[in-house]
Amino acid sequence: MSATEPSGPWQLELKQVVQEYPVKGAGWKRVLDSLDLRVPAGELVALVGPSGCGKSTLLRLLLGMELPRTGEVLVDGKHVVGPSRERGIVFQHYSLFPNLTVLDNVTYGLELEEFTLLGKWVRYPRYRRRRKTFRSEAMHALEKMRLAEHAHKYPFELSGGMRQRVAIAQAMIMRPRLLMMDEPFGALDYTTRYDLQLYLLDNFYQTRMTVLFITHDLEEAVFLADRILVLSPYYVTDSGAANGSRFLLDERVPFPHPRVLAIKKDPRFGALLEQICELGLDPSRRQLYRERGPGQSAGGDAS
Amino acid sequence: MPGHGRHTRRWYGILAAMSGRASLVLAVLPFALLAAIYLYGSAARHAENPDDKVMPTVGQLADGIWRAAFEADRKGEYRLWVDTKASLRRLAIGLGLAALVGLAVGLNIGVLPIARAATYPFLIFFAKIPPLALLPILFILFGVEEKAKIILIFVGVAPVIAIDMYLRAREIPYEQVVKALTLGASQPEVIYKVVLPQIFPKLLSAVRLSLGPAWLFLIAAESIAADVGLGYRIFVVRRYMAMDVIIPYVFWITFLGYLMDLALRLWMRWGFRWVGEGEK
Repeated sequence: MSATEPSGPWQLELKQVVQEYPVKGAGWKRVLDSLDLRVPAGELVALVGPSGCGKSTLLRLLLGMELPRTGEVLVDGKHVVGPSRERGIVFQHYSLFPNLTVLDNVTYGLELEEFTLLGKWVRYPRYRRRRKTFRSEAMHALEKMRLAEHAHKYPFELSGGMRQRVAIAQAMIMRPRLLMMDEPFGALDYTTRYDLQLYLLDNFYQTRMTVLFITHDLEEAVFLADRILVLSPYYVTDSGAANGSRFLLDERVPFPHPRVLAIKKDPRFGALLEQICELGLDPSRRQLYRERGPGQSAGGDAS
Repeated sequence: MPGHGRHTRRWYGILAAMSGRASLVLAVLPFALLAAIYLYGSAARHAENPDDKVMPTVGQLADGIWRAAFEADRKGEYRLWVDTKASLRRLAIGLGLAALVGLAVGLNIGVLPIARAATYPFLIFFAKIPPLALLPILFILFGVEEKAKIILIFVGVAPVIAIDMYLRAREIPYEQVVKALTLGASQPEVIYKVVLPQIFPKLLSAVRLSLGPAWLFLIAAESIAADVGLGYRIFVVRRYMAMDVIIPYVFWITFLGYLMDLALRLWMRWGFRWVGEGEK
């Protein structure tokens, strides 16, 4: 299914990943069904799918918060066995530590990398010196994000958009091998969301980091991504009903970078949206969707 | 005529907008009312019986305060200060220990499933013991000295603080734990650098709410067996119906409690500006 076949090593690789959860007295409920995926370094992949399709489950597998029932999850050729600073995350909510200032939020990972809980106090003079370095590095990152003037504010004093920008800086300063974003702009108003999309793209062009972007907003997915993955339980197999979600679509987005707003007016943009939208629908609803005329709901929510 | 009135702000109902001055007046009102009732009652009783001891006059109260605070008794001590010092010491040790242990227990059972399974049911059970019912046991075990009083405060307050800290620790969003782990935090670092700093200000709230019970246990213990302390004094002078001492003492205890509450509130406001706001 992969759109192109560059040779490995793959930045992110799923091999026949299955995830199931025990159901009381009813065996196992399969959420993810034999997922295969290969993502080369430097790709921005958008993952979409209807609510409850297992996006969050897949995210937990990639984070290492849980392990797959069968199959393999590899990042950078290594098995994922637990959370690590190699794999960063930006959440929609609770994306920052509320008790720390913006600057301290951004230096958080840098400090942890070099000083343990006790080491910080045992080697306090060294810590004091290093902290200056951390802070100037964090300030530099904040300046790039036009956030320097807010460095000493607490998260509650920031707008939603600023908070997410800080969260991106906080994750990116660790230079993770894979940056995951779980509906990072979902709670933002339309304008701010667009602003942050451009912002993310700019950062992406500078660093060429591998990004997995989970979103409900199909337009956002197509606008940002090199490649779209649709995870959905709405498919039919030879043996009957589906059991767990699969990638129903793995499509390369046909627009060059850097992206411009004009691509949203391109017919291919709308066609791709419709294609994705339909896959997120229960098959019984698809006929109706076709009759009512696709295009009407382009950009709508797949859930 | 809706929409055409001069008053755009209501002064009544659930939409009332209070001015600062109105709030102040309303705040002072119940104090003034209480004082007025007392003065009236005192005057009325003294008109009937000039030797009345139940509601001393203002002059008698002032005299009682003066004797307790600024005149040495037979032992050469200034009672009010000696009593205050003894009581505050017991309260500080008991409440301080309860806060520390409550925080440690709550934090650990909040984040560690094994600690939770082993401790939480017992803690819930333990918290249901009426502390005052333990008082005889404590006196038998630890004698009538300081220890029993401090332990009573501790036993009465620590379980409540521990349960509160446990609940606050569990409120820390999963996302923040994941985030810290992906930033390279170890498990102890999640506990001490993510959870602890966020529940610490909530410990101050828990201690604030525990001030009332703590004083209750202190006075109860002092009234039964002590040779010094605010509660002890009240119960001693009760034998002589010395309302001119009892009333100022009660007022003084209340005032001390209020000051502690205020101190904790200010610490929260100035020390933890982010509390209750930056949750998202």
